[in-house]
Amino acid sequence: MIEISNLHKSYKMGANSLHVLKGINFSVAEGELLSIMGSSGSGKSTLLNILGMLDEADEGSYVLDGVPIKNLSEKQAAKYRNKFLGFIFQSFNLIGYKSALDNVALPLYYQGLARGERMDRAMSYLEKVGLADWAGHLPNELSGGQKQRVAIARALASDPKVLLADEPTGALDTKTSYEVMDLIQEINDEGRTILVVTHEHDIAQMTKRIVNLKDGVIIEDTVVSQVRALENV
Amino acid sequence: MFDLDRWNEIFETIRKNKLRTFLTGLSVASGIFILVVLLGIGEGMRNGIAREFEQDASNLIFVWPGVTSKEYKGLNPGRRIQMKNEDYNQLLLLFGDRIDKTAGTFQNWGMVLTYGKENGSYDVRGSFPAYQELENISLTSGRFIDLNDLKNSEKTMVIGHRVKLDLFKDEDPIGKMVQVSGVNFKVVGVYTDPGGEREESRVVIPITTAQKAFGGGTNVDRLYITLKPEDSFDASVAASTQFSKELDEFLKSRHTIAPDDNSAIHINNTLENAKRFFTLMDMIRLFFWGVGICTIIAGVVGVSNIMLIIVKERTREIGIRKALGAQPLSIIAMILHESIFVTAIAGFLGLIFSLALLEFVGPLIETQYIYNPTVNFTVAINTVVILVLAGAIAGFFPAWRAARIKPIIALRDE
Repeated sequence: MIEISNLHKSYKMGANSLHVLKGINFSVAEGELLSIMGSSGSGKSTLLNILGMLDEADEGSYVLDGVPIKNLSEKQAAKYRNKFLGFIFQSFNLIGYKSALDNVALPLYYQGLARGERMDRAMSYLEKVGLADWAGHLPNELSGGQKQRVAIARALASDPKVLLADEPTGALDTKTSYEVMDLIQEINDEGRTILVVTHEHDIAQMTKRIVNLKDGVIIEDTVVSQVRALENV
Repeated sequence: MFDLDRWNEIFETIRKNKLRTFLTGLSVASGIFILVVLLGIGEGMRNGIAREFEQDASNLIFVWPGVTSKEYKGLNPGRRIQMKNEDYNQLLLLFGDRIDKTAGTFQNWGMVLTYGKENGSYDVRGSFPAYQELENISLTSGRFIDLNDLKNSEKTMVIGHRVKLDLFKDEDPIGKMVQVSGVNFKVVGVYTDPGGEREESRVVIPITTAQKAFGGGTNVDRLYITLKPEDSFDASVAASTQFSKELDEFLKSRHTIAPDDNSAIHINNTLENAKRFFTLMDMIRLFFWGVGICTIIAGVVGVSNIMLIIVKERTREIGIRKALGAQPLSIIAMILHESIFVTAIAGFLGLIFSLALLEFVGPLIETQYIYNPTVNFTVAINTVVILVLAGAIAGFFPAWRAARIKPIIALRDE
């Protein structure tokens, strides 16, 4: 599903240049639930941004579902993001003046779906994350866990190949974190590929494989026995 | 443009961001409002001044003598100049080919007029039939004095509307006799004057009668002259200025007045004044346009500012949208569509309010110098269009920049 080889990325900070990713090689198969770990500054967010086509690598190749991601125009990048990827952010990133339902329907708007169909599909995803009753509420009327579940529904709405979650539990308490992880595990059980960036070990243990990043290189890539989140709630 | 989904998006954004929308709208609406009201007042001033000049024939040259202020050819200063019939006759002889209409007057102020039990004090003017056109007065009933009256020194009288109201009330004055200083005059007509009540509280009698009845000898107090029209306004002004100069020289030489004595003969050239006033009016209009355009510029700057703030405020939202697959063009279109919609609606609201103000309050303005303030509707519509376009252009650059922000940077924006 994801093939990455020799990925380099550096940022210019005035006169200096900060080499963040120093040759990353790894691949993700379809249906994997993978966590990328590392302390802050290890380059894990940069890697996720590149995977999410929010940022571009300086060097190396990135192939997503057989499509090489290289030198994309803004327009193409937008199209691929919409088609291939679903994002889950630490700070939820819901649009404040839109209801939960409208937030979920937004990627479908950019897919060009008719309004009726958008709403039907958005509603079915809200049901899936258990928030059908909250469809008409604005994000600030929801709890943190509810917001993140709306964000997950939104990420799923466009039926992407890969879900990218950047610290999805970073802003949540333990109990809510585990509930969200449970949802993510459920979605993975249905066969969807999911990448989770986290620095929490308990969260990483709930995935099936941990890639450990340090100073821009992968120092460890291990398959772990998944801890089901539900057992710990 | 007619993408229903985008309209939905925009209405939703507007509904959820009322203050922002209101502020954008207010700056646009007030800009248009101020501009239209200013243009209206400018037009009103022009109309007011034009009306002032309607009182008399618009190319009238008006002569009245004064007192000399300079010693000349052994004559002391302080001499009162009195024109005579002979001046008038010579004037006709010399300048007759250029003159269109002319009249002299012999006038008596504050004469007591008596009709039955009613009496009142009015100006009595002896004049010529041409006086009617020269003073731009029109008859409401009867006739004006004619050449027969003049030739036979008939005791006929044309009274102003005010005089008619004072002396006759509802009675028909035509054919009635009015006594002036013991002399009976027959009322032959009633006139009205656009100059208003002051000019309507006069009576006009044949100059020959006036000179005989009120001891005028051959005295003429004032001269009214209009010239034959020229092809253009400017040519008329030039001819009229030239004529005034020659007339001045002619009268000064006849009455032995120093050529540079400006207090002995007064010549009021309406056309010249009109030209000065219209030049002034054009300047005022230009000024109003200047102020109006500055207002519009201020409005555009205001709109651009608000657009910048909107884009800034929505940076994160734009990042989210881009992460979800919004293409740069759709971001620009979304922002522009909203701004154009808001400025257009607000512009038209401002236009409607200002036009309503001019329409309903304009006629109530009771000053001499503002009359019927209106504004050219096409001009008003054009300004709205210009403002909307300017707002769109002003909004385009921040929108363009926003669309180019990398979503990752936009998302980091807290």
